[in-house]
Amino acid sequence: MDFEWLLGGFASLLAISYVNLQVANGGGRDQAITRLFVPVFFGIGLLILWEALVQGLGVPGVILPAPSAIWDRFTASTNILWVDFVQTFVKGALSGYVMGAIAAFAVALLVDRSDFLRRGLLPVGNFMAALPIIGIAPILVMWFGFDWQSKAAVVVVMVFFPILVNTVEGLRATERMQRDLMKTYAASYWQTLFKLRVPAATPFVFNGLKIATTLALIGAIVAEFFGSPIKGMGFRISTEVGRLALDMVWAEILVAAIAGSAFYGLVALIERRVTFWHPSQRRGR
Amino acid sequence: MSDAAIASSSGGFGTGARAVWDVVLPVVVVVAVIIGAWYVACVPMNIKEALTQAERAGAVVEPAGAKERRDMSAVGLALANSAYARDTLNQERPRLPAPHQVGQELWNTTGGMVLNGKAFSKRSLIYHGWVTLSATVLGFAIGTVAGVGLAIGIVHSRVMNMAVMPWAIASQTIPILAIAPMIIVVLNSIGVTGLLPKALISAYLSFFPVAVGMVKGLRSPDNMQLDLLSTYSASQSETFWKLRLPSSMPYFFTSMKIGMAASLVGAIVGELPTGAVRGLGARLLAGSYYGQTVQIWAALFAAAILAAVLVGVIGLLQRMTLKKMGMVH
Repeated sequence: MDFEWLLGGFASLLAISYVNLQVANGGGRDQAITRLFVPVFFGIGLLILWEALVQGLGVPGVILPAPSAIWDRFTASTNILWVDFVQTFVKGALSGYVMGAIAAFAVALLVDRSDFLRRGLLPVGNFMAALPIIGIAPILVMWFGFDWQSKAAVVVVMVFFPILVNTVEGLRATERMQRDLMKTYAASYWQTLFKLRVPAATPFVFNGLKIATTLALIGAIVAEFFGSPIKGMGFRISTEVGRLALDMVWAEILVAAIAGSAFYGLVALIERRVTFWHPSQRRGR
Repeated sequence: MSDAAIASSSGGFGTGARAVWDVVLPVVVVVAVIIGAWYVACVPMNIKEALTQAERAGAVVEPAGAKERRDMSAVGLALANSAYARDTLNQERPRLPAPHQVGQELWNTTGGMVLNGKAFSKRSLIYHGWVTLSATVLGFAIGTVAGVGLAIGIVHSRVMNMAVMPWAIASQTIPILAIAPMIIVVLNSIGVTGLLPKALISAYLSFFPVAVGMVKGLRSPDNMQLDLLSTYSASQSETFWKLRLPSSMPYFFTSMKIGMAASLVGAIVGELPTGAVRGLGARLLAGSYYGQTVQIWAALFAAAILAAVLVGVIGLLQRMTLKKMGMVH
């Protein structure tokens, strides 16, 4: 046991908490820089504590590697991580996400034309969205083979229902007054759809798209636990866990975290561009 | 609307039955169509295997020889050999088992075993479902308590709100499930085995939805209501118990539903890396190792039923609680 590390770790966490407390209750507490500073500083504090605990208590690397060891592994094996990233994220998750989103949107437009279908499909869709859909991974791996196609198929099914339910909900979001106005313009079904109802539905659609970003990555990674070629993030995680090379596992988790947050951030950014008119996007609150 | 008005003039019962029918009929039709499509899909999915077996048994199929059939389209084969369509629905290891096969397997491994007095044998889905259920519920309880605790802290402490809340939201975008195998293996290696490792994954997954939902809920009273309590010179704890907590209830139940669904997924995925010993996740993995497709589908439906029941129970609690509080009628 190494007390210097432990003392240093707790001292720095205390110091950071104190500074955060001062900043959060201080004069400039509503400024953007403060809002960025406090969480980032808190995260750094946690990382320091983690490092200090691992070093100070001498935790073996097969149980919990230190952040520095994870970072070393990350920078040393970027080529492997990149291959895995392309296999799982670009080929599996992203292609499945796009296909699933398009399919869900098309079905939503179809469902929306018939009230009967909507009343029948919406409860079923809501029900499916709450199920552990990830369980179909072994079946789809059996059907579509070990390569990325089966992962994309899992992702398609996983993202389909949240996007479908949200889109159908969104297509109903227009008010009677607005639809009547389109009618007085003698607008056709398609004109009403593309000029009024689809734009009105976009906040709902993006809600579904944002939920689906995380699901897509989870689906692609977990599907690889059921069989994959010798590359991919899920494959790497399951095999490196078996070899107790936990620094590599954490490096993959770091990649997954970065990819997941970036994917979510990208969709949120597009949402801000597309639905700038919606009250939830107003700045200054 | 006018239909309902006419019906109500002819008696209260008619309205109720009609309203229920309006809700149920579309769902029943959609489910029936899905099951029908499933049966139809079974034929081309399983036709090649069915024809190979029929040929081995001495029947004449078109065209002869598995090699010739290998590159043909499944739909074309099914049309050319429509006599063997029945065989595709009753195979031992089909690519796509028919609905009645899955139902049969579900019954054989649950109700059938109860009738034989072997409800908790290792081949019964009740046993495996119970293993998964206990991990799910334990993890859900831990996650919910921790999530509510964090939410209370966030609502009452400015610095916690600024420091922790962004991480709580950002963590939702990270595929946490990916670390499930690692947690299991690491906890096993330091001697923690059995229920707890899986429950911890479930707890972790249900923790953030509950925390984020509860923060929203505890903040849902508007300024007018908060001002009123401050004119009463209510203390912070009084404000919490009399205003914030009651008004957070709808959010609480909604986030509990999400948390429960996430918990179940966590428990199932947590069962994968332990080498397919017990639990619904283990049934899935074992089924995929040995090509027991019917077993996979049965486990999948058991998981679906479990999810529906768990979420349904929370929904029921929600209705009862909110009704008692006068929030819904």
